[in-house]
Amino acid sequence: MDKQQDILHVQGLRTSFFTDNGIVPAVDHIDFTIHKGEVLGIVGESGCGKSVTSLSIMGLLPQAGRIVDGEILFQGESLTKATEKRMRSIRGNEIAMIFQEPMTSLNPLFKIGNQLTEAIHTHQSCSKEKARKRSVEMLELVGLPRAEQLLNDYPHQLSGGMRQRVMIAMSMICEPQLLIADEPTTALDVTIQKQILQLMKELNKKLHTSIMMITHDLGVVAEVCDRVVVMYAGKIVEEAPVRTIFKHALHPYTKGLLASVPDIRSKKDRLQSIPGNVPKPGSIDKGCRFAERCEHAMERCFTEDPPLYKAEENQQVRCFLYDTEAKEESHETTTP
Amino acid sequence: MKLPLLEVNQIKKYFPITGGILGRKVGEVKAVDRVSFAVYKGETLGLVGESGCGKSTIGRLLLRLQEATDGEIRFEDKDIQALSPKLLKKIRKEMQLVFQDPYASLNPRHKVEKILEEPLIVHGIKDKKERRERIMNMLETVGLDRYHAERYPHQFSGGQRQRIGIARALMTNPKLIIADEPVSALDVSIQSQVLNLLKDLQAEFDLTYIFIAHDLGVVRHISDRVGVMYLGRMVELTDSERLYEEPLHPYTKSLLSSVPVPDPDDQSDSEVLTGEIPSASNPPKGCAFHTRCKECMDVCKTSRPTFQEISPGHHVACHLYGDA
Ligand SMILES: Nc1ncnc2c1ncn2[C@@H]1O[C@H](COP(=O)(O)OP(=O)(O)O)[C@@H](O)[C@H]1O
Ligand SMILES: Nc1ncnc2c1ncn2[C@@H]1O[C@H](COP(=O)(O)OP(=O)(O)O)[C@@H](O)[C@H]1O
Ligand code: SF4
Ligand code: SF4
Ligand SMILES: [Mg+2]
Ligand SMILES: [Mg+2]
Repeated sequence: MDKQQDILHVQGLRTSFFTDNGIVPAVDHIDFTIHKGEVLGIVGESGCGKSVTSLSIMGLLPQAGRIVDGEILFQGESLTKATEKRMRSIRGNEIAMIFQEPMTSLNPLFKIGNQLTEAIHTHQSCSKEKARKRSVEMLELVGLPRAEQLLNDYPHQLSGGMRQRVMIAMSMICEPQLLIADEPTTALDVTIQKQILQLMKELNKKLHTSIMMITHDLGVVAEVCDRVVVMYAGKIVEEAPVRTIFKHALHPYTKGLLASVPDIRSKKDRLQSIPGNVPKPGSIDKGCRFAERCEHAMERCFTEDPPLYKAEENQQVRCFLYDTEAKEESHETTTP
Repeated sequence: MKLPLLEVNQIKKYFPITGGILGRKVGEVKAVDRVSFAVYKGETLGLVGESGCGKSTIGRLLLRLQEATDGEIRFEDKDIQALSPKLLKKIRKEMQLVFQDPYASLNPRHKVEKILEEPLIVHGIKDKKERRERIMNMLETVGLDRYHAERYPHQFSGGQRQRIGIARALMTNPKLIIADEPVSALDVSIQSQVLNLLKDLQAEFDLTYIFIAHDLGVVRHISDRVGVMYLGRMVELTDSERLYEEPLHPYTKSLLSSVPVPDPDDQSDSEVLTGEIPSASNPPKGCAFHTRCKECMDVCKTSRPTFQEISPGHHVACHLYGDA
């Protein structure tokens, strides 16, 4: 294989919301990279900044949200500096996105066929007949039966799983370089979830589409991801290849999260849990965001921001416990 | 000796589908279709199955929030469908519901104290001081603080709100708690806090639980026995350990193998269930699962398999087993 190519670089990204109650630092200085053909998982509990990260990349932040710092490079091109016109062409064409609820992107008033051909015509000029043929091809690619007839159905006539397949078909029409999937199976039953995850893996292999898989479900991460970024309260706290995360997680939060999962393969009499609550972004402005809930918290954890330490070749962890081993190689300096 | 607290025999709930300008009945949704099970004192019975299989409807039938179309429900050996309104009120005190979304089920305009006081008033605790005392004790029991009594639901996190929901259910000293997806909306680190709390409360107050959930991992950890439902029917029911280690029903098997396992080295792609769940208004004839079953035989397409005990404590509805 050739040298690993990078599709996306996110560098020092900070996205905040400017609300009546003050500034909410939803995404707080994060860095990560997605390689060509890889599935990168972004995990963390609700409110940690997963969706805001993806909306920042897509240029789809709601009114009150703004990228206040950092850079997003897509195949070397800056997305933070791109014009709205350029972003429109990138969206759908080169970067596609699917959401938890497919109905947020399917128009209930139009037939599936119209929406698919419309998506094709937005980005390519081709004949009606050709667009129709391509639509059928895509529906078949995502494993939908009787594709021809489906073109004449309205979204509400389909089940949740079928709608999600249509969404995936629509997002793959232009063979994007990157697919951002934000909790794509969270609203689905497990048997349907399994089908959708397998479909995404297949598309990743067949078309070499890179996938950014956002999820709160560690089972989903283990099933589809190559590498994992763990977020907590707007920050990346750990990053490593998927096996490393599951076998040798280092950050106390990652470990706590893994121990809390009720694994279907065995019964524990007591589940481990992490005490306390998930903090709201901005509620902790000093020290480690996890300190209040961390059993290893030391004095400095409450006053200094831990930087990301390089623990192993491909593993980074934001925790002072790994200070001594990795001090020389730390990536950023501690902000006072 | 095991005593049943609750016995359910062949209950049915069919919802009419009406249509046309006259609103005539044009069909029915067989939400619950001849389901039988018992719940023993002090145990946790898990009910699992995909959305729409009838779990929540069963919960509502047990509390008589909806009337069953047919069948019998006995609580402490009393037929609850034959009870007078007065006796029904008394029995309702002994069976309480905990919901998935505590926010939707807690009045946003009431302080926690008022929310917890209401069930006490309904059930005739007249002494204001006694009510307050019980509320304060209950807050501590569920891991909240006394000062939380003065706060409104929106001032709490999701996990804390579920603690309030649980506290409210416990105010009347019930014997049976029906928890319908009580941790489904919570983050995993918080979910396990609430599951541990439910276990502690069970031991402390000698509670019996019916725990309804679609998350099979969660159900394994909390349940002594588990029932699996498909399209309004119970297809398998046995000890939790046996169900997860040696499932018999083909649907149980595929359901279990669909659950993503948190281990990248333990991924199998076998046994993906294909197709979609059929509609409950037009369930397949014979075995309701036959349209998706890899083991389907001719008999499965015409004759509904009986739900029977094929080995002690292991009930299955499938033509592959017993003499169904
Ligand atoms: N429209 C908004 N206005 C104000 N704050 C917001 C808005 N959307 C998100 N946030 C804040 O950003 C944080 C991260 O949100 P999000 O990225 O959606 O979390 P998740 O990881 O669950 O996807 C939230 O905790 C919330 O405080
Ligand atoms: N009030 C109602 N009227 C008509 N159909 C209903 C009603 N309540 C539930 N149903 C139907 O009954 C079936 C079972 O629903 P439910 O008990 O909510 O399932 P579950 O809790 O397992 O997801 C579904 O097909 C649902 O659409
Ligand atoms: S930096 Fe300190 S508080 Fe934060 S995770 Fe590490 S030990 Fe715990
Ligand atoms: S009865 Fe027949 S169709 Fe139904 S689960 Fe058993 S083998 Fe499959
Ligand atoms: Mg989100
Ligand atoms: Mg339900």
